[in-house]
Amino acid sequence: MCGIVGLFLKDKALEPQLGAMLTEMLITMTDRGPDSAGIAIYGAAGNRAKLTVQSDNPDQDFATLAKELEEALGAPVTLRANDTHAVLELPADQVEAARTAIADRPGRIRVMSDGDVIEIYKEVGLPRNVASRFNLPSMSGTHGIGHTRMATESAVTTEGAHPFSTGPDQCLVHNGSLSNHNSLRRKLRREGVRIESENDTEVGAAYLTWKMQNGATLGEALEASLTDLDGFFTFVVGTKEGFGVVRDPIACKPAVMAETDQYVAFGSEYRALVNLPGIDAARVWEPEPATVYFWSH
Amino acid sequence: MSQIDLATTSLRELNETLQAQKGGDNQTAWEILNPRGSHALAVGLDAPIEVTVKGHTGYYCAGMNQQATVHVEGSVGPGVAENMMSGAVIVEGDASQYAGATGHGGLLVIKGNASSRCGISMKGIDIVVQGNIGHMSAFMAQAGNLVVCGDAGDALGDSLYEARLFVRGSVKSLGADCIEKEMRAEHLELLADLLDRAGVDAKPEEFRRYGSARKLYNFDIDNAY
Repeated sequence: MCGIVGLFLKDKALEPQLGAMLTEMLITMTDRGPDSAGIAIYGAAGNRAKLTVQSDNPDQDFATLAKELEEALGAPVTLRANDTHAVLELPADQVEAARTAIADRPGRIRVMSDGDVIEIYKEVGLPRNVASRFNLPSMSGTHGIGHTRMATESAVTTEGAHPFSTGPDQCLVHNGSLSNHNSLRRKLRREGVRIESENDTEVGAAYLTWKMQNGATLGEALEASLTDLDGFFTFVVGTKEGFGVVRDPIACKPAVMAETDQYVAFGSEYRALVNLPGIDAARVWEPEPATVYFWSH
Repeated sequence: MSQIDLATTSLRELNETLQAQKGGDNQTAWEILNPRGSHALAVGLDAPIEVTVKGHTGYYCAGMNQQATVHVEGSVGPGVAENMMSGAVIVEGDASQYAGATGHGGLLVIKGNASSRCGISMKGIDIVVQGNIGHMSAFMAQAGNLVVCGDAGDALGDSLYEARLFVRGSVKSLGADCIEKEMRAEHLELLADLLDRAGVDAKPEEFRRYGSARKLYNFDIDNAY
């Protein structure tokens, strides 16, 4: 199983409520995925890059992290801690140097995402508890994607939870399972693509990033995934500008979409959408198999 | 008319109430409010009652139906009217995958589109879809009739037994052992009756009939790889 929710706002007036609406959708999908939950939220762009990091010992690791990075990078770094996660803000040209410094330091800090606007929060536990520990309902943004996990392909850990981000401001959530992820992981690693976990979805995300690094648009990368990825999938992909949806040609994994003048919404089931404003008058439909959909600002 | 509001009544209570109906009294019309995509709504009914669902439903709506008429004023999730035995299920909107799967009898009418695997393994049910149907529909269908007023997706009727398939629009591709067949007078008559019962305004002459070539019925060594 697994549950996916996504919300792309057309109406700016709803932006302060994005976190609250997505949280409600996420909690409704608990019975599709009670073991872990995560959310990628696309907020306002500043003039610096954002790096979302996670630690199992946040009090210890985050206490000195900003200072350590400032020394390593020779540039100002701020840190905003949120439970086991923290968002670092730093000059955009220092992201790779910051990743290296974080990897080299003692302790185990994982980088969840980097980009101009994306923040990713994910942990093991019931979606309700995950949402509450990060105070997701208080978050605002232009679009966001959430996932509730029922693990099949890798262990129930923070690294195994969705969304996965393998490129700046990119993320992927997945319902299904990929069967050629081991061979594809080896191939992508040979190409120099960074893949951190043994999870099948991360390979899917890395594949799309790799395609785009080689000149494909997101739409072309998603089209290519229909040929190169073997297995079952309904994917929802986030980028800085918007989100996309694609389902494999067999399309066993459910998907419902709704569109009004105010938003485009995605849910694994219609239940996830029932509290959205104006849903009774929304256009509700099932995305076609092997068809790429995308909405952007 | 009795109303049950799912905002204040549990799904289990609703289904128990409907399943307890034996017919024969005056309480034959039921209206369900606020379905909000709930799963397994109005399942296992076994009385000549009329149930109207005011909104969209989730998985397995009206599954295992016998005798009852269930009318959904919205769209339905996967597996609507799964394993229906008799009665009728009418969906005003669209249906998700495997609508009417394994149904033994009764009539399923979908006024919008049905997605993949519509009528998979159907065993005697009649299904009338006013819109289009998705891929792998009527896979291993054994008996009954599937009428599609729009187009059919890939691999229609793959590994079909004796179900009859009628399509008015295009068929993207036929599945293994499914072929177009001659439309004879008895088929036109059967189709006219199905369209009439489904309340669809369409001419039987506009449809084409598909059925089993019966080449997969017996093991054929030449089919082995």
